[in-house]
Amino acid sequence: MELPLSPTTQALAYLVSAILFIFALKGLTHPATARRGNLFGMLGMAIAIGATLAGAAVQGYWLIGFAGIIGAVIGIVVALRIQMTAMPQLVAALHSFVGMAAVLVAIGTFINRAQAGTLNAVLMGELSAGIVIGAITFTGSVIAFAKLQGLMSGAPIKFLGQHALNALIAITTIVLAVHFASTGSWVSLVLMTLLAFALGGTLIIPIGGADMPVIISMLNSYSGWAAAATGFTLHNHLLIIVGALVGFSGAILSYIMCRAMNRSIINVVFGGFGTDSSSSGSAGAVAAEKGVKSASVEDAVYWMEDANRVIVVPGYGMAVAQAQHALKEMMELLQARDVDVTFAIHPVAGRMPGHMNVLLAEADIPYDQVQEMDEINPAFPSTDVVLVVGANDVVNPAAKEDPTSPIYGMPILDAGKAHQVYFLKRSMRPGYSGVDNLLFYKDNTSLIFGDAKDTIEGIVTSLKGGGH
Amino acid sequence: MPESILALYVFVLACFIGYYVVWGVTPSLHTPLVALTNAISGIVLVGALLVTGLEEAGIAASFFGFLAVLLASINVFGGFLVTHRMLSMFKKKKKG
Repeated sequence: MELPLSPTTQALAYLVSAILFIFALKGLTHPATARRGNLFGMLGMAIAIGATLAGAAVQGYWLIGFAGIIGAVIGIVVALRIQMTAMPQLVAALHSFVGMAAVLVAIGTFINRAQAGTLNAVLMGELSAGIVIGAITFTGSVIAFAKLQGLMSGAPIKFLGQHALNALIAITTIVLAVHFASTGSWVSLVLMTLLAFALGGTLIIPIGGADMPVIISMLNSYSGWAAAATGFTLHNHLLIIVGALVGFSGAILSYIMCRAMNRSIINVVFGGFGTDSSSSGSAGAVAAEKGVKSASVEDAVYWMEDANRVIVVPGYGMAVAQAQHALKEMMELLQARDVDVTFAIHPVAGRMPGHMNVLLAEADIPYDQVQEMDEINPAFPSTDVVLVVGANDVVNPAAKEDPTSPIYGMPILDAGKAHQVYFLKRSMRPGYSGVDNLLFYKDNTSLIFGDAKDTIEGIVTSLKGGGH
Repeated sequence: MPESILALYVFVLACFIGYYVVWGVTPSLHTPLVALTNAISGIVLVGALLVTGLEEAGIAASFFGFLAVLLASINVFGGFLVTHRMLSMFKKKKKG
């Protein structure tokens, strides 16, 4: 092969790369093909990078090599060290990098093209799109990261005239973009960039911590559109294709998450669902009034060891308590007694789409014992014991029974239909939505207070001890 | 057909592919899906290479390009590796 690659060869290489990326996503249809999919993705990326470096447009390699090695080392170290519970934060951080990279590429392109005297209005319009989307992605992701990492409160930040302010910033940004596209003014470019950065922050702060799965999906989508916009500015079809794939992936995930909460995306973006988790005293008072039953570990073991089927409903509390490994041990002990153990996952359990599945997989729980809401719901009425580990709203029958409840209409796991329900809870606090859980007060429900991991370990010890 | 319109064609058709492919992804792999799309959106690296590698690139453009290459590389390497790590954990029940 002759170097540099001809534009035709390079374009063909990009086409191969795009096809590999499509196969990469396609691989995620099933866990059995997923790893191969990821390898297709890596191969696609390697071809894309190789074809770009071998093309005529890239002449200097020192800076690229230096930056690439630093980035690779940081990426590899972080990827190897990150805890699975911290995946949402990592993803938020990575989204911010894509956003910032898109902004930097757009500004760099503007400088190069200005120098070469090849600027035009269409190009500058496309550059504006890249900068604005990239900047919003960047600050939005930084805020999401800070909320997930606990650097700032997960509670929505709301103030009077917030939406009006956002609208004002957005309109001003667009006006500046139009001015920049028609004049190439540096002042407009800088102001537009700064305002877009600000907008990314002000758009995300009113969204509550409970809506994190939606935020993560939305930012995932934005990072795709940012890549697509970069593709338009560079007339690079590979970037456009990949950007569209990623953009749509995030958009579909956002839609799935919203549907799982029975809320519209508009409602999530502007809503700010109450999530100041310091609870009102009323929940406790109501609890005492209505008589919540508390149970001991032994009670739960007594029912579980002779059960035919046990379903575990994990939520974010499981991740916080790191209880997944203890759950695996419990599962094995129960299976040894011929108890069928299944894990039931609600789509919005955890802080990002599919978060629970990864944590259970990390604990070596086979994926065929983990089922999604629609699959598992018919099985609850014939289930002996349901163990709710750090989940709350996703099993709250108020979603079906109480039309006045803020979560009314949200699809839930029908845990209440089982013969016995045990809630592993630290306290009587309501869930992230701040809504009281009606399931606590049902006759077949008992609460086991304490740290989820300690409680499960107690169950494990008891199951080991009572070998009969 | 002008270049920009051709790009628009590619974009719209790719959106359709994205729509159909992503609906096929199993919900249990949604976290790896986010991580993988994250890795492949590191494709902005290609844009960063083109900005930085340009023969005539001045100091300012090179500086922006340098940072962009660095950030996008974190995405590419970190994204694919963490996806691989996650997917390696998904195991089927052992028979017998």
